[in-house]
Amino acid sequence: MSWSSCGSSSVYSLSSSILVANDPSSKLSKRRFTPNISQPGWKQRRDSSHNNGGVSKVFGYYGLKSPPYKLDALEPYMSQRTLEVHWGVHHRGYVEALNKQLEKNDIFYGCTMDELIKVLYNNGNPFPEFNDAAQVWNHDFFWESMQPGGGDMPTLGLLQQIEKDFGSFANFKEKFTEAALTLFGSGWVWLVLKREAKSLAIVKTSNSINPLVWNDIPITSLDMWEHAYYLDYRNDKAKYVNTFMNHLVSWNAAAVRIVRAQAFVNLGEPKIPVA
Amino acid sequence: MALRNLLIRKTLATPPLGILGFRSLKTFSLPDLPYDYGALEPAISGEIMQLHHQKHHQTYITNYNKALEQLDDAMSKGDASTIVKLQSAIKFNGGGHVNHSIFWKNLAPVREGGGEPPKGSLGWAIDNNFGSLEALIQEMNAEGAALQGSGWVWLGADKELKHLVVESTENQDPLVTKGPSLIPLLGIDVWEHAYYLQYKNVRPDYLKNIWKVMNWKYASDVYDKECPES
Repeated sequence: MSWSSCGSSSVYSLSSSILVANDPSSKLSKRRFTPNISQPGWKQRRDSSHNNGGVSKVFGYYGLKSPPYKLDALEPYMSQRTLEVHWGVHHRGYVEALNKQLEKNDIFYGCTMDELIKVLYNNGNPFPEFNDAAQVWNHDFFWESMQPGGGDMPTLGLLQQIEKDFGSFANFKEKFTEAALTLFGSGWVWLVLKREAKSLAIVKTSNSINPLVWNDIPITSLDMWEHAYYLDYRNDKAKYVNTFMNHLVSWNAAAVRIVRAQAFVNLGEPKIPVA
Repeated sequence: MALRNLLIRKTLATPPLGILGFRSLKTFSLPDLPYDYGALEPAISGEIMQLHHQKHHQTYITNYNKALEQLDDAMSKGDASTIVKLQSAIKFNGGGHVNHSIFWKNLAPVREGGGEPPKGSLGWAIDNNFGSLEALIQEMNAEGAALQGSGWVWLGADKELKHLVVESTENQDPLVTKGPSLIPLLGIDVWEHAYYLQYKNVRPDYLKNIWKVMNWKYASDVYDKECPES
């Protein structure tokens, strides 16, 4: 898949907007954001990164998505302070770095985030933008993988699939915890649905790599970079992982993801009792 | 002959591989810091030093000893695949022990000479290789800030090519993994645990401040010993 074939018609509308922003004679380029643009047909995107005043060439293509809960909602398991720094500084930093890199090199415009990550990964020889793009995606996914009042157990189809692929939920939990604790350095632990094998698996990745690069479908994840737990747990990784499994992981989110995944992966017929 | 039989610990169920006679397993222990935990303030906080030394370094040593024990066991059983499987744990935990042991020595409180620029042959070598001490510091800081994930930045001396290098290694890989003739003179730990509590994600600030407690005397001593009359 060549990287120039990212997206479709969105590329064209985007490049027309880029032309507007770069054209010094255009009145629009002097303004940061004007909601009521009188000229019909011009689409101006919101500039989500800081403006340097005057001609704005920065094109805020990706924005920082808020977690689906307030920053103090995960207390006492993940402190507000951690969310403030992890989301507000780290995650935001990745978004801004990505936008800055993309503005220099618009061949990657027009991709969805999923496509962008695969394209930037370049089959194991990643472009420099890969790290930021992947970390933006990873953190979006991570916030959504947690919820206040999380933990407990999955139910229905997801539980059945876990029991099918791991024997029991307890065994899955043990394997997931073990994977998290034996990861060397920075990285992530994932529960993925493997497309080819049509089964769930636990995967460890280093730094910013995620299972999208192997075309697998992530179901839930755990951030094992030290910045994710250091403020709350210092070096006590085991406590952090156990707290995640018992109080933070959102099986609701995981259930939604595996349901969606079944549009792409055939997990077999459900057992419908014969009348 | 009788003495040899006496020295062999395991039974001769499998024939000993050549000269694998007597070998007692030496375990490693946490070296003491040559200064108090709070002595490097305000460049590195006492809390970080304590956690870093007592928890992180100790964990590497504990796991290193465990891996070595398992290796010893596998070697005497002739279990080839386990021997290979243990290599990554040994590289990681052993590297962690080696690297941190160097790290404690290449830091020093200001009142004991921390931050004082190098003189003598190392000073000359730095000027020859990098132009100036400032240029070296800038290069190391840039390399450290750019490192993705966890790792180390090193000032190393190449014994064979007789010059200084700036290298970075990932995770706990020791400098020697980048070149067998490389000797570490100074290492900066850029794992998040080394600075997070104090600097959060602002790694460049940590890198800027750590030079204030850098023990150039240690680096000079190592350099003089390993690369004499350069």
